[in-house]
Amino acid sequence: MLLQNSWLVVLTEDWQNGGFGLYVHWPFCQSKCPYCDFNSHVAAEVDESRWVRAYLSEIERYGKQTQGRTLDSIFFGGGTPSLMAPETVDAILTKARETWNISNNIEISLEANPTSIEAGRFKGYRDAGVNRVSMGAQALNDADLKRLGRLHTAKEATQAFDIAKKNFDRVSFDLIYARQHQTADDWRKELSTALDLALDHLSLYQLTIEAGTAFGDRYDHGKLAGLPPDDTAADMYDITQEICEAAGLPAYEISNHARPGAESRHNLIYWQYGDYVGVGPGAHGRITVNGTKQATETYLMPNKWLTEVEENQTGESLRNFVPMVDQATEYLMMGLRLSSGINLDRYEKLNGAPIPSLKLTQMCDDGFLIRQGQNLLPTQSGRVLLNAVLRELLV
Amino acid sequence: MTDLDKIRNFSIVAHIDHGKSTLADRLIQETGTVKDRDMQAQLLDTMDIERERGITIKANTVRIDYAADDGQDYVLNLIDTPGHVDFAYEVSRSMRAVEGSLLVVDSSQGVEAQTLANVYHAMEADHEIVPILNKIDLPASDCDRVAEQIEDVIGIDASGAIQVSAKTGQGIRETLEAIVKELPAPVGDENAPLKAMLVDSWYDAYLGVIVLIRVINGRLKKGERIRMMSTDAVYPVDRVGVFRPQMEMIDSIGPGEIGFLTASIKQVRDTRVGDTITHEKKGCTEPLDGFKPAQPVVFCGLFPVDSAEFEDLRDAIEKLSLNDASFSSEMETSAALGFGFRCGFLGLLHLEVIRDRLEREYDIELITTAPSVIYHIHMKDGTMQELHNPADMPDLTMVDHLEEPRIKATILVPDEYLGDVLKLCQERRGIQEDLTYAGTRAMVVYDLPLNEVVFDFYDRLKSVTKGYASFDYTLTGYREDFLVKMSILVNDEPVDALSTMVHRDRAEMRGRAMVEKLKDLIPRHMFKIPIQAAIGGKVIARETLSAMRKDVTAKCYGGDASRKKKLLEKQKKGKKKMRQFGRVDIPQEAFISALKMDD
Repeated sequence: MLLQNSWLVVLTEDWQNGGFGLYVHWPFCQSKCPYCDFNSHVAAEVDESRWVRAYLSEIERYGKQTQGRTLDSIFFGGGTPSLMAPETVDAILTKARETWNISNNIEISLEANPTSIEAGRFKGYRDAGVNRVSMGAQALNDADLKRLGRLHTAKEATQAFDIAKKNFDRVSFDLIYARQHQTADDWRKELSTALDLALDHLSLYQLTIEAGTAFGDRYDHGKLAGLPPDDTAADMYDITQEICEAAGLPAYEISNHARPGAESRHNLIYWQYGDYVGVGPGAHGRITVNGTKQATETYLMPNKWLTEVEENQTGESLRNFVPMVDQATEYLMMGLRLSSGINLDRYEKLNGAPIPSLKLTQMCDDGFLIRQGQNLLPTQSGRVLLNAVLRELLV
Repeated sequence: MTDLDKIRNFSIVAHIDHGKSTLADRLIQETGTVKDRDMQAQLLDTMDIERERGITIKANTVRIDYAADDGQDYVLNLIDTPGHVDFAYEVSRSMRAVEGSLLVVDSSQGVEAQTLANVYHAMEADHEIVPILNKIDLPASDCDRVAEQIEDVIGIDASGAIQVSAKTGQGIRETLEAIVKELPAPVGDENAPLKAMLVDSWYDAYLGVIVLIRVINGRLKKGERIRMMSTDAVYPVDRVGVFRPQMEMIDSIGPGEIGFLTASIKQVRDTRVGDTITHEKKGCTEPLDGFKPAQPVVFCGLFPVDSAEFEDLRDAIEKLSLNDASFSSEMETSAALGFGFRCGFLGLLHLEVIRDRLEREYDIELITTAPSVIYHIHMKDGTMQELHNPADMPDLTMVDHLEEPRIKATILVPDEYLGDVLKLCQERRGIQEDLTYAGTRAMVVYDLPLNEVVFDFYDRLKSVTKGYASFDYTLTGYREDFLVKMSILVNDEPVDALSTMVHRDRAEMRGRAMVEKLKDLIPRHMFKIPIQAAIGGKVIARETLSAMRKDVTAKCYGGDASRKKKLLEKQKKGKKKMRQFGRVDIPQEAFISALKMDD
């Protein structure tokens, strides 16, 4: 595995700084959560055998374009991948092993909903090769879970978490904060409870009202009451940093906390701007083919993607060449999300020019960034204003 | 050729919304001048802005053939004039070209301030006036009351006022008959040397400058050579014609008639409105009394939002000035806004119209700075300077005193809002000159400083009276007062485009209002920003815009890189709409919005 901040001196291709991963998107959910703007769909019936064939076909296709690579990570995201039959997961993982070299310490993650039914499949996933699960707990009280449209109770979540811990060495869970009617104090208490449960990784997201979601509609019509004002939300972010750091799980990214060494390797590939193959409806990829970086996108609608793969042997709807300067922008955008920041040499090499030193100095003087040798790190206040920092540096 | 006694020239006088343009439409339609299928509302208002706002800006003309009840055929020439005070000058000169006016009053509303202002122009021009009570189809119509009001307030006999509904067509025939019977025929001598009044002129992309004329004596034919008496410039006449309302070419125009000519004149500035046109040879010797040119009274800076569009703005302004001699411009450099133009306007509506046209017809986004009036600065050395831009205020040690322009404002308002109107006028440093009643409406006359009116007075007046007040003004002269330049500092840097001249006694209040406004208008930045109002070195109001605390995307994984990149592109465009002052981005609308008072 690649360690953060260990930059290879001689490189043939930039992606090697970030690693290589496979993302598998399972687009189905039992119900649509009102805050979710991910590509998820509720289907009455899914013919999994057809889906398996399509995933395998896509892996094979991408395999040919990335021959000889070593996979650092595989991630099943969604939708709700814990609705997949363990056999489906097994078939996909078997195909991935046939297609690429596998890193000795490969991370294979799967997103799971914390219900008892899904917990029943955990052993099957483990047997297939999954070694990390990320559970969508979202809240630790039933009233808020209901508001968030979740189908599980807090008690069920705790039970599912216990089963997960029995099956996997690495278990993380997600919480959403700055929820309706939540006070800073409520969050402080909930987070302490969460840290008592947690192993070594937590994803803590501020509720974001996205356009095109049920919450988005309600918000536009003034019917989403009790959202904490921005200043309170900012306080909650500060509280989160303080409590998690005290508990030994500092933020290694804007919304992700881990004991050092327990970071999600897969997500690090995104943030360290490595290469990743994206298969499944709506999955994005960044792959370097013959020395050029390409951005891939697939059809969003599950059935469209499925029939395209079956009939045309590709689910891809878009493939764009990413020019070096755009790579530099993407690297900066993604990389500054990490507490470990970016490497300025790598940025300059991609961009063909360094970040203007005036802007850089200003951002450092204002306490948003820190320069350590050739590394550029965001401070806590820089992370919470990252969009503004990026505007300063890039716009 | 039309006998003089078969010609009637007239204009229509009315307050905004009292139905002037609709009445003109009906007269045109009733006489069959325009076929029904070609009819469209506000036929004479050709500019988009005129149709949209329901106002008339430029004078327009139409020639109507009318077969009267006496069995004779008449030619009626209507000059449709603007109703708004900004264009009063245009009204008064149009009035000079005709012999009579229709006074249109909304019978559900009554006499308004602009009715008064415009009817006075008609009286000054010795017009015969035919009163018309319009909108009699409305339930609130009260013809007796309004007729009485016309007699009380204006002092003309309204007993025979014609009752009209321009909407339904009722009374239109009676109106046409009244024009023929009650308005005088023009007087003129076909055999005398040519004497024609230059009423208006504008630029047409195909024909060049089009000159609207009223022939007094003699006859003008196509192909003849004419002389402009004020400049002695000579032009060969290419075309002669009339408006119906579209152009129709004819061979000649005789005494009493209104029409147009084209003569290879390159720009509107080459024509002087009010000038006398005669033949090159054997011309008349005595010119008509000219009118003095309209003077701009309100000034503001116009700057392109995108500084790369400066040249486009220069071109656009040149083109607009081709057609509007009352609009002045000179280049201006602002430390804050870069290159732009200091422009002079007849009033605020004129300013808005020009700005709208620049943005719409030439697609240039503009930053408009605070409107200013012309101050007279009396220096200690006894000289006087005009100040068009607060940024140019000279060193105070050299200044003896300042004078500002004053106006006489006439406001008509229903009784129940009178208190609010008086309060507003007092707040704006007004001095009450008169207060009378006409029925349940009060008429107040105030002496007010123009700089208190120029910006948002009319908006405020409309808002405190729920739209029931009407307002008109005339400039009266200059008076000394204790005026100071108030600067605005954003993040400790003065923003010259936000400097204003204010009365010292009102400075704290205005300063406080402006910094509070700016605090809302400027988006939060990554650092806190002090916003101050100052007179000289003394800060009189201060607000602090606190730093933004959170601006981050919570989730950003493999699928979000492209989306985030697009968002940055969008923000790049958004930033173009802001102006940078030091490290602070100020949105373009702030320069005007900061001045609006919600008092």
